[in-house]
Amino acid sequence: MSKLGGLVAGVGLSAWVLAGTSCGGGAERGGESAAAAGAAVAFPVDTTSAAAINGRVAFVGSRPAAARIDMSEEPTCAQKHPGGAFVEAVLVNDNGTLRNVFVYVKSGLPALTFPVPAEPVEIDQNGCVYSPRVFGIQTGQTLSIRNSDGLLHNIKALPTTNRPFNISQPTTMTTMRSFATAEVMVPLECNVHSWMNAYVGVVTHPYFSTTGADGSFTLRRLPPGTYVVEAWHERYGAQEQTVTVGPNETKAITFTFRAS
Amino acid sequence: MVRRKGTASLLLAGAAALAALAAFAAPPNRQGDVGADRERGREVYMKWCAGCHGDEGRGDGPAAEHLLPKPRDFTMALYQVRSTATGQLPLDEDILRVVNEGMPGSSMPGWKAVLSGAERAAVVRYLKTLSPDFAPATAPPAALSFGSAPRGGDAAALEGRDLYRRIECWKCHGDSGRGDGTSAPTLKDDLGNPIRAADLTQNWTFNGGGTAPDIYRVLRTGMDGTPMPSFGDLIEGRIITDEQLWRVAQYVRSLSPAEPPRARDVVRAARVEAGLPSGPDDSAWASVERYYYPLVGQVIVRPRWFAPMVSGLWVQALHDGRALALRVTWHDPSQSPDSSWNVWRARVAARMGADDSAAADSTPLPDRLAVQFPARLPAGLDRPYFLMGSVEEPVYLWSWESEPRSAVEATARGADRLEPLAGLTDSVATSSTYDHGEWRVQFTRALSTGDSTNQLEFVTGRPIPMAFYAWDGSNGETGARMAVGSWSAVYLAEPARASTYLSPAFAMLATAGLGLTVIWRAQRHRRKTTDDGTDIGTSEAE
Ligand code: HEC
Ligand code: HEC
Repeated sequence: MSKLGGLVAGVGLSAWVLAGTSCGGGAERGGESAAAAGAAVAFPVDTTSAAAINGRVAFVGSRPAAARIDMSEEPTCAQKHPGGAFVEAVLVNDNGTLRNVFVYVKSGLPALTFPVPAEPVEIDQNGCVYSPRVFGIQTGQTLSIRNSDGLLHNIKALPTTNRPFNISQPTTMTTMRSFATAEVMVPLECNVHSWMNAYVGVVTHPYFSTTGADGSFTLRRLPPGTYVVEAWHERYGAQEQTVTVGPNETKAITFTFRAS
Repeated sequence: MVRRKGTASLLLAGAAALAALAAFAAPPNRQGDVGADRERGREVYMKWCAGCHGDEGRGDGPAAEHLLPKPRDFTMALYQVRSTATGQLPLDEDILRVVNEGMPGSSMPGWKAVLSGAERAAVVRYLKTLSPDFAPATAPPAALSFGSAPRGGDAAALEGRDLYRRIECWKCHGDSGRGDGTSAPTLKDDLGNPIRAADLTQNWTFNGGGTAPDIYRVLRTGMDGTPMPSFGDLIEGRIITDEQLWRVAQYVRSLSPAEPPRARDVVRAARVEAGLPSGPDDSAWASVERYYYPLVGQVIVRPRWFAPMVSGLWVQALHDGRALALRVTWHDPSQSPDSSWNVWRARVAARMGADDSAAADSTPLPDRLAVQFPARLPAGLDRPYFLMGSVEEPVYLWSWESEPRSAVEATARGADRLEPLAGLTDSVATSSTYDHGEWRVQFTRALSTGDSTNQLEFVTGRPIPMAFYAWDGSNGETGARMAVGSWSAVYLAEPARASTYLSPAFAMLATAGLGLTVIWRAQRHRRKTTDDGTDIGTSEAE
């Protein structure tokens, strides 16, 4: 009897598994476009004429001091940060660029349906911080939520258009979820550790990228056309640029965020 | 004021409900009726719910400013009490359950006795029209299947307790379940309002009901919109079994008494010959009867206080013919002042409509407890005004503080006229312990002191009016921002001499009569001020 409840959720689980076996593809990682990994099923864009938009996110002004996190209540996590743990809301790279900016095609795409990458996007809770802190995912793509700390985290999604979730992970374990609707950004938080925040950009296509240690981004295999590209940062907000790319063209753009 | 109008209408519960009943008798049965059905639900909503939940359902009715927890914003379609997985929409039955029973830990009243079945069903359908998430095209939510409670035994109870530790419920709810976990001060709901990790020893305050199956359901589903997570994935992931989750639920159930405590009129102080307990943790108290004393926010004088932390006390009393010992215990998740609760206090101040600017202040505040007696024993059943007396009929108080740990005696002639009794040698001795979210304080004073004009003389054989106030400093409580209760009484038993043996029994009978009146009045007051959520109307009428 009581096992039935498990079954209901289990159906959801196997649906992810099924989706997972149907096509290949990858989640984006440090400046790589998700589309780059290539999908096994037909990609709805003519790759012989495909264009690309890339560039960097510059940061102007003095970098704000990061607040130290008091992790004394959680020694296991504190030990994973020998130099101390700091709030990673603003990460300015040494080359003057801004990390953790989510860059994506906001509008301009023709009405195409993109295959959902089989490979899940992973978020880990390690040392009582989320990694990655800012990332993208396609609608329907599996979000694999890992707890590497082996102590209680609850991971709560606070979307406005998607349905939320709030899952407890009191031990080392992995849980799967997904988002049904495009939404930039869905905040994630842990209520056990009030300093833990992450943001996930949910889009219906593979044209998204998050700036990493070099502050660059790449949106590859775009159909030629005119796009509104948005760059989102958790502290400094969002900026847009309109970019037109012709067949096989690659355009470089720069977003600039200023210390406020 | 608009506010008065909205809430005053709630007071008209009984008669109006009957009159309205006829109008909503028929449930909708044809497709074309949808608009008309929505209109019916809307009428019920505007009349009974909008005062708190707002005209548009955004949780911003006129009363909302003074409520914590805040009324639900129905446009978000987040429901705490569900039989569906985390983040899923509720079933109609789930919403109906809350509409019927209310949410005991909050101002959300139950409507079973006020609205007809058809009205309640119509309002549930109406609530669903306030969010696009319930659009008819979306697949109806799937209910989880919960099974039934496994049989237990001592080993099972131990397993539940062990699991409570292992899956770390204590991080929010505390080792003893009193809502004092390390994360408790930082908890907020999806709208940023401060939210308490429920006190698991008070199952009568659980939003979704206090039985083991109710608790199990909450563990499976989580409470959407709050930090309370779902533990369902632990079963899917085979980290614990379904039966183990039931064990946790059964353990949590065991933390509360079998029946919710009832307020009682007279605290009986038995006479002991072997000496009074030496402090609140003296084992002698274990065999002394405990009396529950409920508290509510002080909403009569300004600044009013709608979000008190302490919801009740347990009182025990003994005397030995020379002195009276009173043991008061209560739950308070912080030992104030405690700077780790500053974030909580700031959130409460930011979210509660305050009558005074001091709410934003962050000076460290201690916890406080005051015991109140009349300054002089009244002749008959007459008692001073319950809220710290009046100029004509002052009250006599023992006021205890957590920091510095001490008590003073005071006279009050009204809520704003409290004067410590100067130049007294400490006639009230206190001894106190803070332990995992619980304060335990013992007050001891000689029945009679040298100063009968200022200090009440305790006599045996008759009920002596007694009342309590509590403050949680970490909740920003100070002065009139406090929790209050109504008059009860303490009855010091007379020595059990054969010749007078009958008279205490008679006295008890007589005081029981008095007590019933006290209870009846207290409950009437309380019902008016909290249960049906009309506290604002009541307070403004005051
Ligand atoms: C006195 C104020 C008040 C009134 C009047 C009131 N409510 Fe509520 N209601 C609340 C509060 C406060 C909450 C949130 C409680 C919490 O979160 O702990 C709530 C929550 C709810 C919920 C959410 C249940 C869940 O599972 O999360 C529903 C449904 C609801 N109310 C329906 C109604 C309806 C229908 C009416 C009118 C018939 C009504 N309420 C009238 C204060 C009120
Ligand atoms: C991240 C913090 C957190 C954790 C971990 C947590 N809880 Fe809760 N829990 C809460 C909060 C906050 C509430 C109050 C919700 C409200 O009042 O609306 C709550 C409410 C409850 C309730 C009251 C339900 C009701 O109907 O009102 C119970 C019972 C409960 N929790 C049990 C548990 C148990 C058992 C565990 C461990 C298996 C646990 N909680 C873990 C935060 C937590």
